[in-house]
Amino acid sequence: MSFLHRHRGLVPYLLLAPGLAWLALFFVVPMYYLGYTSLQTGDIFTGYAFTWAWENYSDAFTLYRGHFVRSLQYAGLATVFAFLLSYPLAYWIAFRGGRWKNVLLLLVIAPFFVTYLIRTLAWKTILADQGFVLDALRTLHLVGEDGRLLATTTAVVAGITYNYLPFMALPLYVSLEQVDRRLVEAAEDLYASGAKAFLRVTLPLTVPGIFAGTLLTFIPAAGDFINAELLGTPKQQMIGNVIQSRFKEIADYPQAAALSFVLMAGLLVAVLAYTRAVGSERATQGTVA
Amino acid sequence: MSVAAETLGTRRRLGTGSRLWAAARHHALTAAAVAALVFLLLPIAVVVAFSFNDPPGRFNFTWERFTLDNWANPFGFPDLQGSVVLSLEIAALSSLVATALGTLIALALARYRFRGRAATNLLIFLPMATPEIVMGSSLLALFLNYSVSLGFTTILIAHIMFNISFVVVTVRARLAGRDLHLEEAAMDLFASPWATFLRVTLPLIAPGILAGGLLAFALSVDDFVITYLVSGSDQTFPLFVWGAARVAVPPQINVIGTIIFAAAIAFMVTNVLWQRARTPKGAQ
Repeated sequence: MSFLHRHRGLVPYLLLAPGLAWLALFFVVPMYYLGYTSLQTGDIFTGYAFTWAWENYSDAFTLYRGHFVRSLQYAGLATVFAFLLSYPLAYWIAFRGGRWKNVLLLLVIAPFFVTYLIRTLAWKTILADQGFVLDALRTLHLVGEDGRLLATTTAVVAGITYNYLPFMALPLYVSLEQVDRRLVEAAEDLYASGAKAFLRVTLPLTVPGIFAGTLLTFIPAAGDFINAELLGTPKQQMIGNVIQSRFKEIADYPQAAALSFVLMAGLLVAVLAYTRAVGSERATQGTVA
Repeated sequence: MSVAAETLGTRRRLGTGSRLWAAARHHALTAAAVAALVFLLLPIAVVVAFSFNDPPGRFNFTWERFTLDNWANPFGFPDLQGSVVLSLEIAALSSLVATALGTLIALALARYRFRGRAATNLLIFLPMATPEIVMGSSLLALFLNYSVSLGFTTILIAHIMFNISFVVVTVRARLAGRDLHLEEAAMDLFASPWATFLRVTLPLIAPGILAGGLLAFALSVDDFVITYLVSGSDQTFPLFVWGAARVAVPPQINVIGTIIFAAAIAFMVTNVLWQRARTPKGAQ
């Protein structure tokens, strides 16, 4: 104790050391080994050797271009749909929730309490060929007699939208909750229409929430493979499906590592470009505190 | 606020047409919000309902008839019980370790000024912003390069890793709201730093630590992607579901899913009520 009294400056570092060491060892160092593995050649029988195998990367862009494009498309669509669904919801809870706010927020995050795979399997039940949703659509002649919902792109995008919706809704709620109502009232007192007051005052004030929500939705969605696997067909396979099967089924570790690295680098570039476009000052104000 | 109140309060100067428009908008918003809630909750209802189903074949996807058999016999499927037990063991151990490590980091960030703060924040933030498949791949690459045999230990290591950041964020949020004066008062009254920590700081942040621990436990029980990549032949509950989904989906999966859901909601509500009871009236 007296040692710590004399060296008070050391205390924060002692507190940080064990946790940060764990993160360094099992989050940062593995990234190096991901890069190292991605430049190896070999197979499960003869073993793997480091050979500066850049062809793993050229293969990533030629053979798997379609999977990358699909991942970005599906993740992008799911992000847009999640935004369109959760903005009214978050707005309604923030402005009209009253004393039910906490209960409503609990309902928003309730899906997280059902195991990810089980709630995705539930969508399989809902969209099934004998399911009530398809029945209703057939009755309304929105879908042909032999039309399907399961095993389509629609099902995969809907599944991804569903699974990441709370990640969009919560940051939106937080930023809507912080909007100063007096500013909106002031705009309306100055004869702005409701729509105009929303577009010129409320929406710009919630940019930090939109920024956080889109990132929290898009990043995990781009790496997802469970929805494509359970709700789609091989035609809907995303890059995550390829990475997991290369690692777990084919044991083509170098190619899988290269694909994983490209995914990470691609997302990093996308996030930086997005941050710059939104403006980092605007994007993070209010959310970091 | 009701439609009428809003109309009277802020739209006094507007005509009938505008008032009708405002009412329509008001209800359109409610309808959109309720639709979103239904979208969020429908699958949960399906999971619970189908835990009472007596499926016609190996797949529990179409409703046949009501039964209580699955609930009477929740582990009536090979390997299911073992996977649930493994999930609980991993969750208990990983949340315990991650809560300890994460709380220490949160204390350092909230109570001290030191060099390297920005780098620490970045290191905490990155695991939450990296796709799981990338984290799982890189951990697997590490283990493969050192020929570490995959199993209980590698799963535990991974779970502690991805849980630390979430504990830090949760506990720090709780610490940020506490003022330093109570701690300073204790020190002024000649309490040792250790006694101050045990008798003042710890009780103050206990709800935050509990919330962080519960979050870590829940994330651990639910994790599939990272676990799948770094597991050998060991199966946690999500891995069992993944393997089962290809050959059979027994209704027992829904029973376990429903139990996990109910337990999580119960813990969540209890923690919120506890925090509310501890907060002095008027300070809310």
